[in-house]
Amino acid sequence: MLRFSLQLVGVAALSVFSVCVQADIPLADRRSGEHFMRAETRAMQNDPTANPATFALLEGEALWQKKIGSADKSCFACHGQAEKNMRGVAARFPTLSQGRLMNLEQRIQACRVEQQRASPWPYEHRELLALATYVGTQSKGLPITPSNVEGMQAHRDAGRALFQQRLGQLNLSCAQCHDARWGAQLSGNPIPQAHPTAYPLYRLEWQAVGSLQRRLRNCMTGVRAEPFAFGEPGLVQLESFLMWRARGMPIETPGLRP
Amino acid sequence: MTEPARTIVNVPAQAKRGEVIEIRAVVQHAMESGYRRTELGELIPRDIVRIFRCTYNNVEVFRAEFHPAMAANPLVSFTTRATESGTLVFEWRGDHGFSAQASASIRVS
Repeated sequence: MLRFSLQLVGVAALSVFSVCVQADIPLADRRSGEHFMRAETRAMQNDPTANPATFALLEGEALWQKKIGSADKSCFACHGQAEKNMRGVAARFPTLSQGRLMNLEQRIQACRVEQQRASPWPYEHRELLALATYVGTQSKGLPITPSNVEGMQAHRDAGRALFQQRLGQLNLSCAQCHDARWGAQLSGNPIPQAHPTAYPLYRLEWQAVGSLQRRLRNCMTGVRAEPFAFGEPGLVQLESFLMWRARGMPIETPGLRP
Repeated sequence: MTEPARTIVNVPAQAKRGEVIEIRAVVQHAMESGYRRTELGELIPRDIVRIFRCTYNNVEVFRAEFHPAMAANPLVSFTTRATESGTLVFEWRGDHGFSAQASASIRVS
């Protein structure tokens, strides 16, 4: 009898364990968020004359050439033609730069402060997002190729741990929705797989272009957790893991999502 | 507004006389409804586009009034009949002296 109940406990423990540690989505089953949108929204995204993110792209293109800061330098002055020299760059971020883990926005910000000698933008500033959209779009169609710089794996592991960490009053982890229940409905909307292939993107809900960090913070408040602050290392580690999870999938910037 | 607002207009470059053509126009604008408040509870003043007009060789072919419930970067899609070669001029006017213009030419054969 005692042995029997111990076995039961064992089975129970095993099933709890299997709920907590979700297997990764098989590579062949991965779908971009685009897959879960309505045909109308997808048509809007794929037509540059209808996609409102086009404005951010045009603004970024203009900013690339604009001389700013006390160094009176443009992005173009160092990097030249974005179409040529920024191709594939966004597909590698986040990466370690100057010994620090940085996402694309943070890298642009570092250039602005150190090279152009201008005051940093606040997070989610329209111009910062416009430049990130412009740089991101230069990688459109290219596969995500996560950085293999030494030290990145540790950040990705930390990101994975966060992805599987239950958070907030609803006590939910990212994995519980986006690995285990993708394709199901959450308050009338399909749950996507959470592949960050199209950032920065225009969200109809936001009525604006926003970053991946803004989206991650949304999910955190969604499970009623205290969201991480913008730029917090944990968020960038989570980004690193998500980009690795979406490795090989094509970049879709400038994206549009409902 | 420090810089002129960006616009995107989509007009077929050519059309047959009498053909019904679809025209689309988007303007970059935040369309602040006037109903939102800041974190401190202060009302954010309304800032929207009020009027959109399209003229075809100086003849008005479409006009729309915009209201606070409209989305940011409003997209307007409408049709008209291609009558003659010429220019379509698009004009947006709004709160706080907002104004934007765009034009496109069409060849009618």
